[in-house]
Amino acid sequence: MKNPPFVYHRPESVAEAVALLAEHGDDAKVLAGGQSLLPTMALRLGPPAQLIDIGRIPGLGDITAGPHGTSIGALVRHAEAEHSADLRAHAPLIHEAMPLVGHRAIRTRGTVVGSIVHADPAAEMPAVALATGATVVAASADGERTIEAAAFFEGYLTTALRSDELVTEVRFPAWGPHLGGAVVEVSRRHGDYAMVGLACRLDVNGGEIVDAALAFFGVGSTPVRVPVAEAALLSRSPSKDAFEAAAVDVARELSPGADVHASSNYRRHVAGVLSRRGLATAASRIGVPA
Amino acid sequence: MTDTVPVHGTIGVSFTINGESFSVDIEARRSLSDVIREDAGLTGTHLGCEHGVCGACTVLLDGAPARSCLMLAVQADGADITTIEGLADGDQLHPVQQAMHEAHGFQCAFCAPGFLMSTLALLQENPSPSRDEIRAELSGNLCRCTGYETILNGVETAVTLMSGDDGGAS
Repeated sequence: MKNPPFVYHRPESVAEAVALLAEHGDDAKVLAGGQSLLPTMALRLGPPAQLIDIGRIPGLGDITAGPHGTSIGALVRHAEAEHSADLRAHAPLIHEAMPLVGHRAIRTRGTVVGSIVHADPAAEMPAVALATGATVVAASADGERTIEAAAFFEGYLTTALRSDELVTEVRFPAWGPHLGGAVVEVSRRHGDYAMVGLACRLDVNGGEIVDAALAFFGVGSTPVRVPVAEAALLSRSPSKDAFEAAAVDVARELSPGADVHASSNYRRHVAGVLSRRGLATAASRIGVPA
Repeated sequence: MTDTVPVHGTIGVSFTINGESFSVDIEARRSLSDVIREDAGLTGTHLGCEHGVCGACTVLLDGAPARSCLMLAVQADGADITTIEGLADGDQLHPVQQAMHEAHGFQCAFCAPGFLMSTLALLQENPSPSRDEIRAELSGNLCRCTGYETILNGVETAVTLMSGDDGGAS
């Protein structure tokens, strides 16, 4: 349970960090909050030969949230996001997810971006990124590129990020009064990873649903959307009947896995329940300021 | 310029523990919990799992609760750390300790330092939580002895003690 030896680097700029990643690539892991990385190192599950601690790099700790969208820097802690009035007003799905992330002590150190990059399929933030259509900003020695959330999560703990890239921020589209969302989950104990969770977003115009995103977590190797169920919601009014129908559609469309925590059927059932609850909550929030 | 520490090389770290300055040269792979226990000699911070699930290693880092086993000591450079040893004032127990004592909150008390630091953090942010709120907030601390009810009683007692409302029994 003690860490194996590694070469430790503490760069003081993004340029230094990406130069290190260009040199060490596959042998290196980036350390920000460490709440996912350090347990794997303590358990000696694929420990890195090189550790690149970005904790001292200035300019990565900003939350910029306003009517035109939100940007969360790589070093923003979950606790900071949880207590940000700007996020509450302009990125309510992120705000709602925060108290569900781990436990308070985890949130003191762990980062929002780190959770997205770590890409645990049972975590809240990857699903929030998927439901909101977030954009990952990745820096490397070659420059910078952006990766849309829909293309970012490739498999279990696997993303489209190259080994020489550092995520510096994640950007979220503008929220508005025509949007409503919810993050809901079922777990055995408060703070545990979800057995099933849902981050959902509804866009309602003229009394009709014009866009719906349901991103489930805890049901597969990545966060998962349900395009058939989402399409069936379009042009319907945001009513109890519509959400009951969506719950049935979701249970039909998802193929959740089974593990020691829950069976496939249980997850399927709970996903339906969360659909109904989450969509009803999301609808109730449209037009209501945070 | 990047600091680089080779395998088995050492790096200097400095932080404040319980109000006192502490500096040491250590391998970068050393956890904060091990440096607190072995180098600073403060063994009140306990190691239950060493992979961040039990909460026995909880300390306050710049006033906020953190799992010291899930930090490298180098990450705490410059921080202000409070451990369980920092609660009592000489022989005078801190109210959270006094409350837990009165409520017979613990049995073996291996989990106690972590629970007490988490409780302190909770009550600093929310001085009058409900029992359900306490239960949710302390869900990151595990106990194998008590079944938790006596610990919750202790935290409720601490709420009373720290609010100055002791039912007139002073």
